[in-house]
Formats: sequence, structure tokens, C-alpha cells
Amino acid sequence: MPKKTKPCRAHSKMAKTTARATGRPDRGPSPNAVPSSAATATPASSDARDEHLAIAREMAKRQREISVSEFFTRNRHLLGFDNPRKALLTTIKEAVDNSLDACEEAGILPEVQVEVVPSDGHEDRFRVIVEDNGPGIVREQVPKVFAKLLYGSKFHRLKMSRGQQGIGISAACMYGQLTTGQPTRILSRVSPKRPAYYCELQIDTRTNEPRVLREAKVDWEQPHGTRVEIELEGKYQKGRQSVDDYLEQTAIANPHVTIRYRLPEQEGVVLARASAQLPAEPREIRPHPYGVEIGTLMKMLQSTRARTLHGFLVQDFSRVSPRNASDICTAAGLSPRARPSRIAQREVEGLYRAIQATKLRRPPTDCIVPIGQEQMLKGLRKGVRADFYECVTRPPEVYRGNPFVVEAGIAYGGDLPPEGPCRLLRFANRVPLQYQQGACAMTEAVTETNWRAYGLQQPSGGLPEGPLVIMVHLASVWVPFTSESKEAIAHYPEIIKEIKLALQECGRKLALFLGRCRRAAEAQRKREYIERYIPHIGIALREILALSEKEERQVVTRLQDILERSRKK
Amino acid sequence: MSTPRAKIEQTAREIHAKILRGQKPSVRIPLRALSNVRYRAREGYFELKGDDKERTLTYNTVKTFAQMLRMMAQAKELVVRRDIATKREMYYISKNWGECRFNEQAESDTVMDDLEAMFKLHREQLGFVPEEKGGSVAGRLIVIDRDPATSKPIRIDCTKFGSGAYSVPVSVEELKFETCARFILAIECAGMFQRLVNYNFARDANCILISMGGVPTRACRRFIRRLSESANIPVYAFVDCDPYGICNIYRTLKVGSGNAAHVNEFFCVPNATYLGVTPKDIKDYDLPTHPLKPEDIKRAEDALKNDPFIQHHKAWQEALQLLLHMGVRAEQQALAAHGLDHVVRKYLPDKLKATHSFLP
Repeated sequence: MPKKTKPCRAHSKMAKTTARATGRPDRGPSPNAVPSSAATATPASSDARDEHLAIAREMAKRQREISVSEFFTRNRHLLGFDNPRKALLTTIKEAVDNSLDACEEAGILPEVQVEVVPSDGHEDRFRVIVEDNGPGIVREQVPKVFAKLLYGSKFHRLKMSRGQQGIGISAACMYGQLTTGQPTRILSRVSPKRPAYYCELQIDTRTNEPRVLREAKVDWEQPHGTRVEIELEGKYQKGRQSVDDYLEQTAIANPHVTIRYRLPEQEGVVLARASAQLPAEPREIRPHPYGVEIGTLMKMLQSTRARTLHGFLVQDFSRVSPRNASDICTAAGLSPRARPSRIAQREVEGLYRAIQATKLRRPPTDCIVPIGQEQMLKGLRKGVRADFYECVTRPPEVYRGNPFVVEAGIAYGGDLPPEGPCRLLRFANRVPLQYQQGACAMTEAVTETNWRAYGLQQPSGGLPEGPLVIMVHLASVWVPFTSESKEAIAHYPEIIKEIKLALQECGRKLALFLGRCRRAAEAQRKREYIERYIPHIGIALREILALSEKEERQVVTRLQDILERSRKK
Repeated sequence: MSTPRAKIEQTAREIHAKILRGQKPSVRIPLRALSNVRYRAREGYFELKGDDKERTLTYNTVKTFAQMLRMMAQAKELVVRRDIATKREMYYISKNWGECRFNEQAESDTVMDDLEAMFKLHREQLGFVPEEKGGSVAGRLIVIDRDPATSKPIRIDCTKFGSGAYSVPVSVEELKFETCARFILAIECAGMFQRLVNYNFARDANCILISMGGVPTRACRRFIRRLSESANIPVYAFVDCDPYGICNIYRTLKVGSGNAAHVNEFFCVPNATYLGVTPKDIKDYDLPTHPLKPEDIKRAEDALKNDPFIQHHKAWQEALQLLLHMGVRAEQQALAAHGLDHVVRKYLPDKLKATHSFLP
């Protein structure tokens, strides 16, 4: 498992939190605020006498450090552990998403195995085992990756990768530990030449440090890869938003992946890969100035390695040429040679406005790796049995300085249920979004598309109906989720517009297909109708003209020919 | 003229030949509607103008086409076996045709009318007879019919029915008549017919009374036509004074119907004239009236606008306009207001003195 991508995402997560702070209610102390809130609790001056001081003192008694576990317990809904059912799903998701990222980064065709085993003697307890054939994790990193929350720091990096639910796999490990007291068991091997490394980990919930309970060198049949085992309180239930659903959808959006899984009271399932083509490794880009909000800008100014403002602008952002940087400095009335950390405190607002007012090139779009039309078709064909498939990959677009690509796919007919609203499969960076469909921009784009124009039924303001699966994928270096649990896409007009265009392209193809079907059905109906009455013409002519049976048959076949010919004209 | 059987076979042969040639078979059927009807004043009946519709075998017509052919086959069988089937029976026969069967008698009646028009024959010649009763006859008339069992001629004296009456049979083509009556009085309703029978009006006026019972059936019209032509006596119609009595009952009696114009040549009575009750009679005889109903007004206006017969006769246009102007209608039996015998004692003798002034 890739230790570096994972924690880095945890950090960029925080950056995002800040960036999105405007317009959203405060979600309580943010993870990185934990130590600072403790710092503010320094005692007030002891000889102050007024009432306020007394209150402050009273308050000070109650102010203390919040432990990671406490924070986690209170905010677990933000991280995808709202209820036992979702907790099970989130745990599997974290592990599988990490496995896929690791395999792809190492250029390995992923093979992932998922097992959910009911724990003996506990109705609501399961052991979740996720195993991959990825590059493995070097021994020293294993404890930090799995048993330290918020580990890593590379938060300016913008790279398209699977988003993850909540803080990461370490949150899942912590959830397991909190609900069952059991340690997380890790098995990892980085090379066939070396033995596998096994360890049992716990998180020290007060200090947020990993504790290795046991470790050993062991034999393992995998030449390389990682195996995570977490015991947790959960609930397994089939249907929508289930583990099965997640794995099947993952297979659709990732046709290069083979997933084997065995869930409680079920036969093992193999979702074999439909394509042996690994997606290209996405390129990492620096943020585009238009997509950076003032808080983020401040943090960037503080932590940059550049020594001048001009250097900062050119080096830390994409699409800022030296001339652009000079223009920005002039517009903000700042010296190009000013120290970035100094600006972070005072002139940041002016700088922010100057950036927004300066005309810059659009961010590079080649850093996005869409699934691709062909691969998406393969995935859909594998996951959905239908009569008609169509997929569209839109050209890259930009919202608020972030490049993105929208892809849409449609499957129609076949084994799909003929009645009721269509099934909408939403994906962000190849990860299925299973919750909060109603709050998602993708849903809005689907319901705002006029499907009636393409021959489908659609209640006003609703999803189209019929034997239909609609798939929408948003690939971006920075997917704008509506909340930390990453379940719905925010309603950016640029994104909705692109989704609609993609859906319309699919819809037009579908309309052609439906037209063909309708004509074929109509022709069939007419043929049957004609064939029902033609024999009677034969009978009547035989009766009137005393024809032989052979002549009667001749009349019938001739008539069928005649009508068939005229119908085709 | 070729026989019905020959006509059926000829049409079937043409269809068969077309099919064998690989062409879509088709038949030509005259359009049956008042818009395709012309009033032939000299011959005195409605005639088809000759707008045909071609029924080609296509997806849309295949069912009717099959039904038409199967009915033709049935007609041929009836003709060959010299049998008959009522229209209702024909409908039930089709129930053996599986998918091809008629769902309503109206459907089978329409196909039957099409056949009739296509062959320029009347349905009786194809072996199909109606359910409807012909009408009642009383007066100085001997009808010569054949005993259905023995085929021997039998003479029916229409004066010998007492207070009852002779019934017009469904098929009147073979009947012969002997009479010395001076005219035929065709009466709209059975009540007035009974009144005249009871007062022995047929003997006193030396006439034949026929009750039509509303719009006269084809058999009734044919009976009156053949009788009036064989005895060479005029026909006087005595109906209610309302648009229905004039435009439906009398008009159909005299020139035939718009829907069955292909057979009107036979089923009309050009000799008929209109004795009464006329709009003028309402005033002259001070008859009690009812106001015209909206549908009466509509019917009269429609006749003035679309009916070729009314349009041909100025006298009728004036009469209908007078009626509309008066806004009332009067039934035959309104004459009873002046005494039950008023109709035989005063009204009919008065009118019969001036037959030349009857409406055309």
C-alpha cells in the first residue's frame, strides 16, 4: 500500500476543509486545530479581580486537550462511520481504494480480494480482510500508515487520485479498535526475495501514535502485496448502498481490476477484469491561482520554499508566467521581492484580488486521466446486462481553476427492470458515490436533462424511467464534494453543464436505438397482424373458387410475400 | 345481367389472379354517403354519383378484406343452396372465423352493405335478409304468394284479416297482386292505421292501407313500389308534420336512403306524393301542436342544406321553412282533437279532393 499518497490526502483534505469553510456551517474543531485549542487554554493572570476573569477561570477548568479518539467518536458521521452498515462499507472502501491506488502507481494490474467473515459469538461483528497484489509497504512505514491519523504532509500537491472516504484507512482501523478492542492485523511483502512482514497494530488514542503489539517475519504465497484485517462492529445488508453494490460499481468504473469477494452467507464472487490496460498514471500539477481561496493562499504563502513573492507565484502555481507574476505584484501594489510569509499576514487580501483580476491561461488539462470511452464500455458491459450501451468522454473543462473531465454512459434494455426510475451510478475519480444521491450535482444534471426528447418517460423533475442505467464520472485533480464524507458533488454550473452535454450525447444515440427498436417492434406487430388474417383470404378464395389445398397455400404464401415487400418500402 | 353467383366468382377470380401475379389485390366499392348521392328527378330516386373508394389489401385493410371475402364465400354458399341468413345470423356465422370474426353486428352489416354496393345487388339476392318487419297491409288487395312448403301459389285476400292485417314479407320480389283500389295510403304509425281499419276507410275510399311503422323498411318500400307499378295507382303518404316525418320517413319512401343509394333504384316509390300532415294543415285544421325540439330544427336545417331531394323541390323548401317559422310540429293523431272520426269524415276526404296539390 502506498504510504505516501494516503497521508498526503489526509492533509490535502484539511486544506480543502479550509477552502470550503465559506458558506458551510462550522463543523466543530478541525483535526489540526486540536493542539492550538489546547494552547489557548493557558491560565489567565491570577491577580485579576473582575467578574469576567472569574468566568474565564471557570471556563479554563473545562478546557482541555481533545483526544483523537474523542474527536473521532463524535465526528464519525463526517468520516463515513455513521452507522454499523455504513461503517462496514467505509472500511472496505478505504482499503480497496488504497489498494487500487497503490497497484496503479506501481504499474501493476490490480487484483483485490475482499472477505467479510462474521466473528464467532458476535452477531454484529465482522472481520474484514482486504488483500491486494500491490507493491507492498516497507516495514518501517506500516505502523504509521495504518495506525496514525493525519499522517504526512504534502498538501499543495494536486493529483488526480481516488478520493477516499473520511480520513483514511487509519480511521477504519481506529473504528475497529474502538468498537471491538481488537488490533488491526497487517501482512505486507515488498519483494519475492524477502519474507513477508506481519504485525498487529493499535492506535494510542491519547497521543495518536501507533503501537505495535506483535510483529514477525512470515511466509506468504503472494510475491508482493498487502493484506489488512480489521475486526469491527458492523452490519451486513444486501441491496443498494451495500458492499456488493460498491464492489460491482468499482468493477464497472475500473475495468482493469479483478475483484474477488466473499460476503457473509454467500458464495464467492469473481468480477474478472474486462481489460488488461492500466490507466495512465495521472500527472501531478500545481494549483491554478483561480482555484485557490484566501485561506489556502495564506497557508501557501507561509509554507512556501520560495523566498520572494514573484518566485512564489511562478513556482507554486501552474500557468503563472514571470510576466503574469509581475503583473499581479503591480496590481496588488506589492514588491515582487517581498517575503511571502510576511504577505501572508497583511496584504494577502490585496494579493488575492490582484490574482483574480489578472488574466491567466487555463490550467493544463492533460493531468486528468479519464476512464475513456472504450474502457467505460467494457466496464458497463461487464457490470450491466443490457441491449444498448453508449459512453461519452467530454473534452477537459475547468471550474474555478481546476481542470476536470466528465464522462457519461448509458445502458438500456436487456435484463434491466423495465419499470421505475433508472439506476444512476455516480463516480468521482473512479470511486462509486453511493450516498446522498439527491444532493449531488450529477443527479441534478440527469433530472434537468430532457429525456423525453430521447423517447424515454420522465416525471417532471425526476429521473428518467425504464430499463436504464446511467453512469456519470467526474475526473478531476480536485473533486468538489459537498462534505467531508465525499458522497455528493457540489453544484458548480460548469460541471453540471458538462454532465448535461455528455448525457445529451448519449441520449441522442439512445434515441436512435429506441427508434430502431420501435420500428422493429411495429414491423413485427404488423407482420403478426397481417399473418393472422391472410389465411382467411386463402380459405375464402378456396371456398368461392373451389381451389385445392395446394392452391390455397400458394395464395397465402404469395400474399405474405406481397405484403412483406410493400411493408419494407 | 350476370347472376349473383357469377358476380361473386368473377370478383374472387380477379383477386386470385392478382395475388398470383404478385400484385396487391383490390376491390372498388362505391362510397356510401349522402355526399355521393344525386337526385334523379325524372326517375325519382337517389342515385350514386359514382365516387368509388378502392380498397387495396394493406396492413390497415387486411382484416376487413379478409372478412369481406369470407362473407362473399358465405353468400355464395347461400345462393347455391338457395338458402337465406338474417343479418343477425350472418353475424353469428362469423363467430366460426376465429380471428376474423365480427365483434359487433354493426361491423358485419357494414361489410354486407359494402358487398351489396360492390356487386350492385341487393342483399336479398346474396341470401341475406333483414330482421326488420316489412309493414301491415289492409284493403282491397289480393296478394299471390307461394306456400313455403309446397311452392304452390296461394291467394291472400287482404280484406279477410278482420281487425288485423296482412304482413309484408321480407322478400317481396316474387309476389303478384290483384286489386281494383284507386290509390295506396302509406301511413306512418300503426295507431292511425288501426283507426282507419276500424272505420273501414279502405272500403269507403276504395284504397289499400299500409302501415310503415316509422321509416319504411326496404321490403316495405319494395312492396309499395311493385304494388303501385303493377296496379298503376298512386301512393299518398300520410305522416306526422315534423322534420323527421318529412325528411326521413317520406323522403326515404319516395327516393330511398343516402346510405344505401346503390339499391335505391329498387327500393324507392317515385309515385308517392305527400298528402299530409302539411305545415299548412296545422293552420287550416287548427291542430294542437308541440314546439319543435332542437334536434327537429337541426334536422330541418340540415335537410335544407344537404339533402338533394329537398334542394330539388322548391315546394319542400318552402314547407320546411314555414314549419321552422311556425316553430311547431303536429302528429297525425292530433286530428283526434276534433273527434275520433274527424280524420275519416273530414280530413282525408277533403285532402283527397285535391290530390294535385299534394307536396311532391
